[in-house]
Amino acid sequence: MDIKGANLIKSVRLEGLRILGQPNEFALDYYKQGIDELIYMDCVASLYGRNSLSGLVSTAIENIFVPLTVGGGIRSIDDVFELLRAGADKVAVNTAVVNDPQLITQIVNKFGSQCLVLSIDAKLNSKGKWEVLTESGRERTGLDALDWAIKGAELGVGEILLTSVDREGTRQGFDVELVRLISESVSVPVIASGGLRTAQDFVSVIKETSVDAVAIADAFHYRRLNVNDIREAAKSHGIRVRHYA
Amino acid sequence: MLKNNLTIIDYGIGNIMSVRRGFEYCGANVFLASTEDEILSADRLVLPGVGAFRNGMDALIRLGFSDAILAKAQSGTPILGICLGMQLLFSKSYEFGETNGLGLIPGEVIGISKSSIDGNSLKIPNIGWRNLRSGESRRPWKNTLLEEISTTDEMYFVHSFTAVCGDDSNSLAKSEYGGFDLTAVVQSGNVYGCQFHPEKSGDAGLRLLNSFIKTT
Repeated sequence: MDIKGANLIKSVRLEGLRILGQPNEFALDYYKQGIDELIYMDCVASLYGRNSLSGLVSTAIENIFVPLTVGGGIRSIDDVFELLRAGADKVAVNTAVVNDPQLITQIVNKFGSQCLVLSIDAKLNSKGKWEVLTESGRERTGLDALDWAIKGAELGVGEILLTSVDREGTRQGFDVELVRLISESVSVPVIASGGLRTAQDFVSVIKETSVDAVAIADAFHYRRLNVNDIREAAKSHGIRVRHYA
Repeated sequence: MLKNNLTIIDYGIGNIMSVRRGFEYCGANVFLASTEDEILSADRLVLPGVGAFRNGMDALIRLGFSDAILAKAQSGTPILGICLGMQLLFSKSYEFGETNGLGLIPGEVIGISKSSIDGNSLKIPNIGWRNLRSGESRRPWKNTLLEEISTTDEMYFVHSFTAVCGDDSNSLAKSEYGGFDLTAVVQSGNVYGCQFHPEKSGDAGLRLLNSFIKTT
């Protein structure tokens, strides 16, 4: 769930934001459908240098009892502390740890690996390599996504949220090659994000890579699919998902 | 039967707001304890926690909470440890060197194997939803934390270390990862622990929290 100010928004390739509604209304609906986890991203936070989601988080946890990851604009141990204190279970970091990888170690030492998700926005460059972007896709880094994923896992992140910028919001299916490369190369769980159009896209990325989880935004937000559609597709292809009655 | 009072130990570690809200949802009167006296006056205690074992234990000792928790356990106060809070109930842990725990449940905390039982590499942490099965004690779940839980209900786990009971009779439920049975729920008299996060396990988790209030 990408959030700008008080609104849930959706972008295409991290650009062109469209307002969809109240984030917590969508979140509660997903919780009632049996979603496994929720991710809140403050997608203008990098621009202002701070995350502004703690109020939204503390309201969300009143009625939502699944794990909540919060990202966007997290720059310091204090930022992490504030979000965890508001009720987040994990924080997702990108720009700040690319600039200072030691921040990963500091967060892990203080709060544990389980609360740190490394968010990698990867875009295919002209050399045929996936490059890490920061600042919500605005800045190129020259950093190779595979090298960065391996380094992040070594520094102790608990999970990697891998977004294909080329596919994000495009409904063209996951970038299976990218997801396979990263998920087969690191020892921590990887979440694939960006491009899901159909439930079959979910099945394909699970079957063809070592990915551990899938993040869905566009297809759910626009109600093209619901959580049960994904669950049924998974079951019919022998993919183990949470039993939800 | 006690009233619905419940005290969460606040030692600066973990997402206590979600634990608090989970119990409030179940109708408990929730207090937060940040002093020894507040722990000593509790009707029920919850020890939450995430992160490293040594950090957690150091904090409990530094704040003078470990003696208070031990005294309460001795006097029969129901205590529930969640995640790291459960691991801290054990005798010791081997996470970043050997560290003694509270010693309320015999056994030790060790790293989860990096390869599955059939030799494939296993991702660590173990993150995700898993169902529960009967523990080594073979005790039925009636009149326990798990009395409203079935073996198809799934709970949310996130951990890199796992507790191994020194006494099978304390093992109430296990959960499978990579072909191994990992300790999921323990009980020794009035002291309970669960490795997963009931406050993050949807309706099934809320039923467990409710049972802690109703059965103790």
